[in-house]
Amino acid sequence: MLTRKNYSLAGLCLATVGLHLLTVLADAPFYLTQLTMAAYYGLVIIGLGVLMGYAGQISIGHAGFFAIGGYVSAALTTRNLAPFEASWPVRLLDGLGLLVPGQDVYGAHLLTVSPWAACGCAVTAAALIALIIGVPVLKLKGHYLAMATLGFGTIIYRILLASPYFGEADGISETPGFTLLPALGSWGPLVISGDVEHRVANFYLAWGVLIVGAWLLLNLIGSRVGRALRSLHSSEEAAEASGVDTARFKLQVFILSAVYAAVAGALLTHFNGGIGPSEASVMKSVRYVALVAVGGMTNLWGALIMGVGLTFLSLRGVFGAFDDAVFGLILIFVMLFAPDGILSLRLKPLLRRMFLGGPS
Amino acid sequence: MSLDLFFQYLFAGITYGAIYAVVAIGFNIIYNATGIINFAQGEFVMLGGMISISLLPFMPLWCAIAAATALTMLIGAAIEMLFIRWLQSPSVLRMIIITIGISILLRESALHIWGESIRSLPYFYGNEITTFSLGSVHISPQVVWVIAASGVMMGGLSLFFKSTPIGREMRACAANRTAALLCGVNARNMVTLSFMLSAGLGALAGCVMSPITYTQYDSGTSLAIKGFTVAILGGLGNSMAAVAAGILLGIIEAFSVSVVPLAFQDAISIAILLIILFVKPHGLFGSSEAARLKDF
Repeated sequence: MLTRKNYSLAGLCLATVGLHLLTVLADAPFYLTQLTMAAYYGLVIIGLGVLMGYAGQISIGHAGFFAIGGYVSAALTTRNLAPFEASWPVRLLDGLGLLVPGQDVYGAHLLTVSPWAACGCAVTAAALIALIIGVPVLKLKGHYLAMATLGFGTIIYRILLASPYFGEADGISETPGFTLLPALGSWGPLVISGDVEHRVANFYLAWGVLIVGAWLLLNLIGSRVGRALRSLHSSEEAAEASGVDTARFKLQVFILSAVYAAVAGALLTHFNGGIGPSEASVMKSVRYVALVAVGGMTNLWGALIMGVGLTFLSLRGVFGAFDDAVFGLILIFVMLFAPDGILSLRLKPLLRRMFLGGPS
Repeated sequence: MSLDLFFQYLFAGITYGAIYAVVAIGFNIIYNATGIINFAQGEFVMLGGMISISLLPFMPLWCAIAAATALTMLIGAAIEMLFIRWLQSPSVLRMIIITIGISILLRESALHIWGESIRSLPYFYGNEITTFSLGSVHISPQVVWVIAASGVMMGGLSLFFKSTPIGREMRACAANRTAALLCGVNARNMVTLSFMLSAGLGALAGCVMSPITYTQYDSGTSLAIKGFTVAILGGLGNSMAAVAAGILLGIIEAFSVSVVPLAFQDAISIAILLIILFVKPHGLFGSSEAARLKDF
């Protein structure tokens, strides 16, 4: 069926190909790397957008979920399990075929968890933590909710900074690539890694994940659940009175957005080949909130476009040393003048009002 | 743990607790006047410390502190007038995001003005190693300054709210804005005043604590989280309970160092915040019935 949603999604697919062609025409293939990263951040932002805009719950701790995804996956695929080979959890994993043997640079025996299993663990961990945290946190409202999620993010940040297993202030580096598909015939293997030969494939992979993620969320919003969520946003009491199980819906959306963040975190970590504690910092969480706010809380496409666009500019270093300041300013001005997002601004009446002084 | 060590920890706890209490009272003043939690409260503390350090070469210490407090009060007033005054019944979500944006802006401005270096005011009396003994416990004179200044601020504030006309008008606005308006109180000016008051309070605390805790462009954030924890612990809006809660949190933190590594200290106070939020969101001393009547 050709609906507006499908047209938009097809547009996004075309835009992806268009972006690739643009970088080819501009002879700037290195842009693809930042575009890939921006797409993964975009995945976090659309997940948070549904939580903030549709379920009406603010979360200033989403960098925490992103970091859980990234760190768990990185730690499992990097940390050597060989010394624990005899213990039962490791033997169990080995029996399930989830471990990969390897050799370090000195030829010593290495045993790590395979990326598929590690990613699965990472996303499951994030979902479980979201479930445990979500039950009490989502009972809170307003300032209390904001502060509780901020507190959650800070705790994750502190734990990462303080535990040697997660590399303390250095984070985890030398995370191996994530082989999604082995080599098939003349096709090379599909690997998530930052190597130059995988650049184009990774670009399409990241945007493919983003498009599938957006498609799933758009379906969710258009469904019965989406209507329930929107009613929740306007008035929780009214929604409850109409028979919406508000607590359950809020929790489900919270977990869903945590899963989006964790998937993005895990994939981006394999792409970058490492992760540092700054990914879990409060400023990152605030930045995600800012990007959702700029795009418009109840506008998934706005959040996606502004999120990917601004993240790309930021990754290219366009804002220089004023990176955080720019996001702070954006946050203030969008909330002051366009609380429904930049794309909601109607420029013509605004300009007319400014220059001709007509009625507002 | 020996008795001496116990008292040493206790004094450290009370010192930090007094600072947290002052930050929490700053939160409460604005919350009472507007219903907003000002997420930029910690930045006022940082600004007070930073401005006084910059002014110190040009004037005596007490002048620098007074000037820094006055300047921060002006900044507080400017923020209220620029970003908050003209909004018509904004949603809580919008206000949270705006004040977070303000805090980022203040922090980044401080980064570009003062750089990343860690600074501090000199000790008001003596130096880093001056101590006097109370029994077998050694106390830095600056600790006395912190506790005394916090005490004077709290006492002065409660006197201000109880017995001056402006203080009474502010309390009237906090209790019932519409009724206060009908009685001829200019509620908007009271909001500006509350921002000035809490900025000044934060700045003064920032100056007094600077010799002990040092000041850096991003030292406001963790203080704001601690201050908010204390404000919640005591029950939002209740300043006297905040003092008790502040000292309680300070002491818990000080003693936690003897049990868990220092790196986890912040995580502990935040975990306390989360537990309080989940179990008793109206605070240790607040009443649950009053909390239910509030909108947020």
